[in-house]
Amino acid sequence: MPGLEDLYREIILDHYRSPRNRGELAVPPAYKVEGFNPLCGDEVVLYLDVDADTGEIRDVKVSGQGCSISQASTSMMSAAVKGKRLSEVRQLIRAFKALMSIHESKLEGDATGIDDDGLAADGEDGHSALDGVRLGDLEALQGVVKFPVRIKCATLAWNTLQQGLDEAAATSSTG
Amino acid sequence: MLDVARIKTDFPIMEREVHGKRLVYLDSASSSQKPNTVLDAMDRYYRNSHANVHRGVYTIADEATTAFEAARARVARFLGAGAPEQIVFVRNATEAINLVAYSWARANLREGDPIVVTEMEHHANVVPWHILAAERGVELRWVRLTPDYRLDVDELERLLDGAKLLAVSAMSNVLGTINEIRPLADAAHAAGAKILVDACQSAPQLPTDVQAWDADFVAVSAHKMVGPTGIGALWARAELLEAMPPFLGGGEMIRDVRLDGFVPNDVPWKFEAGTPAIAEAVGWHAAIDYLDALGMDAVREHEKALTAYALRALEDRFEGRLHLYGPLDPEVRGGAVSFLFDGIHAHDISQVLDEDAVCVRAGHHCAKPLMRALGVPATTRASFYVYNDESDADALVDSLARAEKFFAL
Repeated sequence: MPGLEDLYREIILDHYRSPRNRGELAVPPAYKVEGFNPLCGDEVVLYLDVDADTGEIRDVKVSGQGCSISQASTSMMSAAVKGKRLSEVRQLIRAFKALMSIHESKLEGDATGIDDDGLAADGEDGHSALDGVRLGDLEALQGVVKFPVRIKCATLAWNTLQQGLDEAAATSSTG
Repeated sequence: MLDVARIKTDFPIMEREVHGKRLVYLDSASSSQKPNTVLDAMDRYYRNSHANVHRGVYTIADEATTAFEAARARVARFLGAGAPEQIVFVRNATEAINLVAYSWARANLREGDPIVVTEMEHHANVVPWHILAAERGVELRWVRLTPDYRLDVDELERLLDGAKLLAVSAMSNVLGTINEIRPLADAAHAAGAKILVDACQSAPQLPTDVQAWDADFVAVSAHKMVGPTGIGALWARAELLEAMPPFLGGGEMIRDVRLDGFVPNDVPWKFEAGTPAIAEAVGWHAAIDYLDALGMDAVREHEKALTAYALRALEDRFEGRLHLYGPLDPEVRGGAVSFLFDGIHAHDISQVLDEDAVCVRAGHHCAKPLMRALGVPATTRASFYVYNDESDADALVDSLARAEKFFAL
């Protein structure tokens, strides 16, 4: 049985106790997006300030409430994406989801994610998504995979980030 | 008092170990465990007497029908109903409340009619009324909480003015608060309103008498009172059931069907479309036999004593660091104990407790309006039942101490 120390690594507890980038940004120019976990009531609010010219996340602030895993993951995410270009951020989102054993092909029910034996091709997808992406501290969250009910806690911030990027892109392309 | 050591041996799951530790099951407010007598009754039914009810003339079909209707009579007697025909079998208390919302309320309520709901209700007694409000424009009025986690009944008369229905739980699934139904029913009736009682939490723990309550509708679930999942009941006054239109259409609920229409069956079958949960009814019968053999007065005394012990143990060990949400007087509350630690989220607490095989619930307990009123996103809830004793409360406290240490700043 996986132990608590697999789930609650020291760096996770550190981010939970001392969350990074807490606060708000003026909207606009920043874009605000909220994510909820309806089953447990966890919430994440992200403020993203993206440089329209360079496509770089100039600043990010987070607020919200929830369990140590959701809040630590939010804090670690904010630190990881700050200063990164959007293309890198999207790669990081994919890599983080792969770390959580979530692959885009599986999520969308795409038949290509299923091999001939009917099994998801975890290894291949996982590696391709992770290739060349440095997760750094984020790897501490890998232990969450051993506690399947907590995966949604770890991914809340990342799904919210993805939603924010998608919404912001749709707004700027139509506006 | 209950002989809990003996009772534990009646529940096979209590022999189970989780992570190499004795199972400490403290989530009965969510769903209770099942004794051998219930499991055996359902198994015996399927092995010996299963057939569809009400239509077959052969022997085992008659046995199945007799067992199903005997269960209805048993539920009626347990709830203090006037007659078995006042018991409508449904899937659970949630469906019972929805049946009232879809049938009685849609036939009797018009735009602007007020429904009085309390802030401490489970979503099952909130969302059906929200749906009705969106569809029919009925007005929802809310009974608030007092600082000591009771209903603010001072406001009740004003809220009930012109109201058609008071929807209230007999016991909060989060706070444990017992709401005395008789005075609430009197107030509702004085205002010309009906009263619907969610007895899901109270029926497993307190003697129930729907006639002494002078209620109009009462919803219960079997699975919280050592019975199986998948069955519950709506009790309603005979004249209300008679006047209510059918809710679901299909087999069993009809007397005649023609190309140009149908004639509904008598109550309660009018509301029981399709093949019902027969084995579950048999199991519920056995569950009620089990509880009545213990004695509901003895069950109540046990709940009171064990809840008092647990509240004291939590306060003694954690003092001001643990916040209890609910009345502290065991006389006015049931066995669901909600709490929070400073700076530790409810989910993290329950994760540590799981490692010690202590099963508690963490979250909003399907009572988000109440969570908002309390100003918290979630609580941890331990709930005690007939198979729990002081050793289970001690295990909870010890495991909580470990969790507190683990997350210590």
